[in-house]
Amino acid sequence: MSDATANTSTQDQEAQFGDYVALLKPRVMSLVVFTAFVGLMVAPVGVPAVVGFAAILFIALGGGASGALNMWYDADIDRVMKRTQSRPIPSGKVAPGEALSLGLWLSALSVAMLGLAANWFAAGFLAFTIFFYAVIYTMWLKRWTPQNIVIGGAAGAFPPMIGWAVATGGVAIESVLMFALIFMWTPPHFWALALFMKSDYDKAHVPMLTVTHGRPYTRRMILIYTALLVPVALGLGLTSIGGPLYMAAALVLNALFVRGAWRVWRRDEDAARADAYGAERRLFRFSLLYLFLHFGALLAQSGLRTLDMGGW
Amino acid sequence: MPITETHEIHQRRFGRNLGVALCLLGFVGLVFFLTISKLRNGGTLEGFDHAVRPSLTVEDTE
Repeated sequence: MSDATANTSTQDQEAQFGDYVALLKPRVMSLVVFTAFVGLMVAPVGVPAVVGFAAILFIALGGGASGALNMWYDADIDRVMKRTQSRPIPSGKVAPGEALSLGLWLSALSVAMLGLAANWFAAGFLAFTIFFYAVIYTMWLKRWTPQNIVIGGAAGAFPPMIGWAVATGGVAIESVLMFALIFMWTPPHFWALALFMKSDYDKAHVPMLTVTHGRPYTRRMILIYTALLVPVALGLGLTSIGGPLYMAAALVLNALFVRGAWRVWRRDEDAARADAYGAERRLFRFSLLYLFLHFGALLAQSGLRTLDMGGW
Repeated sequence: MPITETHEIHQRRFGRNLGVALCLLGFVGLVFFLTISKLRNGGTLEGFDHAVRPSLTVEDTE
């Protein structure tokens, strides 16, 4: 921005530091930080604390950069949808070019710094994740197929694999299953939200399963994906990072999740409207707890293993 | 105009500039501690820089 344009900006349109932070989608970043941290901590090889801290920071920054690129590309649909109208670009606080520039520079910085701080395998993985979210999901899948959530969910599932790669420099069955856990969890989580959120995705021409295939079909898909999620969650408990504590937690959490998905599947729209989508809301809220407690249990199991008090 | 005079834009952008300054400071600190950590853990202290150094040459075993 030139001085001339800067001087003509009005007070309320001036972008503050927080607006640039908002471009990085801090709420999504918190999931990235937590899962990448668990991936790093449960790995069989340790890293110095500073390296671990820097690695998590740069993974989060990479995730934030892809968020900025997403907001730059999706500015047109963000302007249409009520939920996203207050984002920095549609509200006019940040220029689209600034968001693009921030996204590209932070992507390059985060990948280069992760490579220097940890290893280049993890850095390559982060670069692929940014590419996957910004290009494959945002530019291609999101506006094209109602399966956008399913395949795009991979972008959010990579962080624990990157955390693992930071420590080990590679991929293992454990890290693949941590990826699969988030990957299979994403569809029921988002579709439960789509069932009770009055969204204007159709106005923005974004194909959502509830609109393209109907609500009964979405309910069936929630149950199917939940059923597919169970063996992944339990299978993770049989690997070297699992143990009795994780397994006990996974058994309870999966039983509750299947029960919630079953209840959502059994209902029709009339029943759902009658109690203001109570079952759908409960399933969505529980899905957040489900993921947090699974990764929390992995972390606790890893702590117990360090103390020689757990593990297979 | 003396350079010490504060323009309105300085006040308007104070928060933004402060945020950037703190981020840069944090980044410098992080790189410093990363370097210390890598050196303590036996990271490479010297690499090839176009000058022959005995410590980097392969020992002649014959």
